[in-house]
Amino acid sequence: MASSGANQWPSNSPGGKISDEQAARLRERARFVRLETIRLISIAKVGHYSSVFSCAEIFSVLYYDTMKLRHGEPSWPDRDRFLMGKGHAAVGQFPILADLGFFDTSWLDDYTRLGSPLGDHPDMRKVPGVDFSSGSIGHALSNGVGMALGGRFQNQDFSVFVLLGDGEMQEGQVWEAALSAASHRLSKLVAIVDRNGYQLDGKVDDVVAIEPLDEKWRAFGWEVHEVDGHDVAALANLLRAVKADSAREKPCCIIAKTVKGKGIDYMETEPGWHLGYLAPEDEALAREAILAGAQ
Amino acid sequence: MNRALSPDSWQYRELNKRAPSLATLANTLIELAEVGHPVVAGTADLQHSNGLIGFARRFPERFTQFGISEQNMVSAAAGMATTGVMPYVATFASFLALLCCEQIRMDVAYCAQPVRLIGHHTGISLGFYGTSHHATEDIAIMRSIADLTVVSPADGPQFAAALRASVHHPGPIYFRIARGHDPVVYADGAPFEFGKAVVHGIGSDLTIIACGMPVHSAKAAMEALNGKGHSVGLIDMHTIKPLDREAVMVAARKSRIVLTVEEHNVLGGLGGAVAEVMAEEGGGARLLRHGIKDEFSLIAPPTHLYRHYQLDAAGIESVAQSLLA
Repeated sequence: MASSGANQWPSNSPGGKISDEQAARLRERARFVRLETIRLISIAKVGHYSSVFSCAEIFSVLYYDTMKLRHGEPSWPDRDRFLMGKGHAAVGQFPILADLGFFDTSWLDDYTRLGSPLGDHPDMRKVPGVDFSSGSIGHALSNGVGMALGGRFQNQDFSVFVLLGDGEMQEGQVWEAALSAASHRLSKLVAIVDRNGYQLDGKVDDVVAIEPLDEKWRAFGWEVHEVDGHDVAALANLLRAVKADSAREKPCCIIAKTVKGKGIDYMETEPGWHLGYLAPEDEALAREAILAGAQ
Repeated sequence: MNRALSPDSWQYRELNKRAPSLATLANTLIELAEVGHPVVAGTADLQHSNGLIGFARRFPERFTQFGISEQNMVSAAAGMATTGVMPYVATFASFLALLCCEQIRMDVAYCAQPVRLIGHHTGISLGFYGTSHHATEDIAIMRSIADLTVVSPADGPQFAAALRASVHHPGPIYFRIARGHDPVVYADGAPFEFGKAVVHGIGSDLTIIACGMPVHSAKAAMEALNGKGHSVGLIDMHTIKPLDREAVMVAARKSRIVLTVEEHNVLGGLGGAVAEVMAEEGGGARLLRHGIKDEFSLIAPPTHLYRHYQLDAAGIESVAQSLLA
């Protein structure tokens, strides 16, 4: 099935630079992700705020600028795919999927309640717009390798974006997938490492050191870029350029330097917020901080 | 220098002469792809062992060599399936079912992707390669994964029939096959239906319920015992999940003894599945589970192992005879 440019949504111009207006819109959508994350976790009474806050701009840029999607058509065969290695950040993905018309926004109001399709991790069998389920860390890049291979077999023109946690670099399967992606020259595969520096048990490089990360990916045969993961303009421009580069034969890895808990000062400095719950009065303050923040 | 085994090599041709069913997997997949099924295949550095090199030569664009990364292969196959293709991925059963258990559970079965997992050289068929290469737990593990169909064909023709049926099967499948040296039980084109056992006979004294390569030996044992005046039957339970409960209960009601035979630990495998049905449904027959008796299998040439574990015709006959006495 050929893609129709006329129906492509959201409209973007691959390869070009984004405008100030577009950047402002992407920043606004990242705020939307953070505010909705706070609201949804207030229903569940526990959740991964800080994991979402480190990749809120990545979500915003991918869904509202980079990816080829059709509003209300989560299964459009030519859509770009997005996979979450760090599935525990799904609470920040769900509000976007509802916003894109993939399911009714009222689903969000019952987040994690008995029978809800929306849990802590994304489930493709239950949630339209989730391109592959996750939960067990380390599988997603392999799933993405398969999708890119499948797209090649089927002569489909889509890109596959895989968001990986930096702690996830400790999973051996990631490197199996990295080897095979380069070996099969999967140029439509883009891995984005959310390099926020923390995992559940502390600093990633204290738990099991992963640096030099750029050299590792390069040595595995990938084109590597580094970017400030909270700078929507830099991210969007890079992703547009990567997507538009039809000459590249290698898969591409973007190391996004981020801050875990970005936007809430005590979450940025206290690693214990990997999993947490804001009391109602703190929740109101957190909303104010997000609305007041430049991000 | 030890060169790779080429399909043009003497060694490979000799191996195929001795073991024509080694080519069953590739030939059947080629046949299915040629008539338009969206078949793709992959392996983890074992294209000679499973014969997929034949498929790779015919359809290079549909074949993926994953190298020695079995977990990556299984997860990638699941990702591939989301694009509308039907992946058949193969490696040694010991690695597929045990090393990739979680990838099979999460990415294939839970995500309901039509991936066909082919665990070959299962049971003790890898003989002197050693216990690391024997798969005597795979049925137990795979049948405990929800929504996964588990099939253990008796021979090449039945495997081919199962592969042909698989293109119409919506869910994921785990195939457990031997190494291609399998003696033949069925004629080409014999009917096959997932979940429907092949009943070779029901004996009033004893009915054997077997799966996989031991079906051939069990059939010989049945014939020998019937020749000695006993009434012995045989059910080929090629689909372990979903189990043909009705066939089990026919045996449990009509036979004095039910004997399960499998190239697998007696815990959790075919014998375990049959025991669950008989315990739940009643029926009156005594049950004995014959196979590897909860031990790590020994190192030896395969034929020696089948004799040692009484999984050859004489061994099965002897086990049945002791129950009939």
